[in-house]
Amino acid sequence: MLSINNLHVKLEEEDKEILKGVDLTVEAGKVHAIMGPNGSGKSTLSYVLSGRDGYEVTDGSATLDGDDLLELEPEERAAAGLFLAFQYPVEIPGVGNMTFLRTAVNAQRKARGEEELSAGDFLKLVREKAKALKIDADMLMRPVNVGFSGGEKKRNEILQMAMLEPRMCILDETDSGLDVDAMKLVSEGVNALRNEGRGFLVITHYQRLLDHIKPDVVHIMADGKIVKSGGPELALEVENNGYGDILAEVA
Amino acid sequence: MAHAQTKFDVTEARLADVSLPRGGRWITEAREAALARLRAMGLPGRRDEYWKFTRPDTLISADVPEAAVFDPQEAPVFDDLDKLLIVFVDGVFDADASSDLSGEGIEIERLATAGEADIHWAKDTYGVLEARGQTPVHRPLAAWNTAFATDGIVVRVTDKVSRPINMRYLHKDPTSDAILHHVVRVESGAEVTLLETGPAAARFNKSMEVDVAAGGAFHHIRSQGRDHERRAATHIFARLGTESVFKSFTLTANGVLTRNEAFIEIMGDDAVAHIAGAALGDGDFHHDDTVFITHDAVNCESRQVFKKVLRNGAVGTFQGKILVKAGAQKTDGYQISQSLLLDDDAQFLAKPELEIYADDVACSHGSTSGAIDEEALFYLRSRGVPAGEAADLLVLAFLAEAIDEIERDDIADDIRGRLEGWLARHRS
Repeated sequence: MLSINNLHVKLEEEDKEILKGVDLTVEAGKVHAIMGPNGSGKSTLSYVLSGRDGYEVTDGSATLDGDDLLELEPEERAAAGLFLAFQYPVEIPGVGNMTFLRTAVNAQRKARGEEELSAGDFLKLVREKAKALKIDADMLMRPVNVGFSGGEKKRNEILQMAMLEPRMCILDETDSGLDVDAMKLVSEGVNALRNEGRGFLVITHYQRLLDHIKPDVVHIMADGKIVKSGGPELALEVENNGYGDILAEVA
Repeated sequence: MAHAQTKFDVTEARLADVSLPRGGRWITEAREAALARLRAMGLPGRRDEYWKFTRPDTLISADVPEAAVFDPQEAPVFDDLDKLLIVFVDGVFDADASSDLSGEGIEIERLATAGEADIHWAKDTYGVLEARGQTPVHRPLAAWNTAFATDGIVVRVTDKVSRPINMRYLHKDPTSDAILHHVVRVESGAEVTLLETGPAAARFNKSMEVDVAAGGAFHHIRSQGRDHERRAATHIFARLGTESVFKSFTLTANGVLTRNEAFIEIMGDDAVAHIAGAALGDGDFHHDDTVFITHDAVNCESRQVFKKVLRNGAVGTFQGKILVKAGAQKTDGYQISQSLLLDDDAQFLAKPELEIYADDVACSHGSTSGAIDEEALFYLRSRGVPAGEAADLLVLAFLAEAIDEIERDDIADDIRGRLEGWLARHRS
């Protein structure tokens, strides 16, 4: 599904290479986790895949079901089925959460040549999905993420994911800023979306999120590369021993 | 005082070309008084404090700069509303296109008719509020208007009127020079909505005096047409009684030069005055809001909300003042002027002023200039919203605080639709 080959990326503003040859394949139906110390390039990978400005790809490729992601505009990547749950969801004063969701859902449907959802159908769908994430009517009416707590923002990300039904979901430190209850709620939201056709890439510092969202494969990223891959036991190893042992082992 | 000499010379030279219109006794007196005021202050010059951001030349010149007539290829604003329609074509009343000048709860007639009488109720307002608005800042184009306007609408509202009055200003002559002067008196407990739509003329000087008695309410929504080359200098003078309400919203999309002035005096306790504007300019566009609100009563609220979206060399200016007189305690004054600069060529100049002589008041003001929030834009795009649509959504969000000042949903929806149309036509 998602296939990243020898991806090299530097910051546009300064001549600094952040990703130094990332190789990664996420299959449909699987959950891959990326762990790694601060500054290893995890978030950069998520931004480059979703099309944020400020990065230059100097080598390598990233494709989603054969489509060259790096050639597409951010909105085209979204319409192709890619979704990034932001580490820091953006506040948009003046744009109602509901308007935002409806515009996004219908823009993607339009881009894929599907019919737009009617106001009634949309409302029904959003109420159903919001309920599962304990998002009340007030949160839906408020401007996007404005005045939301950390937990509310992350739940709102998962709501968007549930509404947009992407094929490939990237979660960038979705556990940051969450208490135990919120983490459980968010994880349940993610787990409800797991199915055979959908791939997940879960970026996290800590193993605890992976107690809730159980990964099939765990990758360790360091200095812009995937340095080790393994099963869920790799996350436990990090939790117990830190990154030091693993990094020393691959050095 | 070399420049003052020049300014008065210019004024006298202009006045030599024109003579006061003929009329009944009351209006002749009002016109003569206005002419005397104009002579004493002179036409605006570039060195006048409140004309530093805007060049007055083309607003006062004997020749009218030509303005191509623009076909917007869309239904007029507020076309679907049930309304009392009054049409002026290049400043000339069009009886055939207008509704009958009558309605429940209103007395309405043309200024041309009212001015023929020797005595008329309008004499307590016509030129009176304008004259009050000449202190402390001169507004010579308004004095000119009082002296030389021959038509407009004179309306007295005696009840709560649900059907809006819509002045529709059509522009058909590329060199038209129109002057209109309206007088609105909202009697105690009465309420009316006044709509003004259209470009009016190649050059338009319009003045409106609004006297709102105790418990009265006046709602004003204006859309200044989409002609690119038209020029306009407009004034609103308002006087508010106890527990009265004044709300005004203006949409300006296009126009080579627009100066919208408002002078609002809050004279009665517990009154509310809101004035808002949304301006959209792409290219040769200069838009000036000059607002002066005086609090002279206790426990009153005023809001000034002005938003401008500028690109491609467009210029926006804002001069806004809140004056709180001694004794105007418990005043709640708010002023915000903001611009969204869609590229590096656009420009916004702002001069917010507060002058407060009471000690128990809450006044705040703010002025900002900024670009589209790139983070928000990426966030929207990452959810599949195309760049153009995402930018429009953010522009509308920026304008929302001004549009929220429109109370009637159907009117706000029409305005919002016009904004969306403009944005879709002016994407980068």
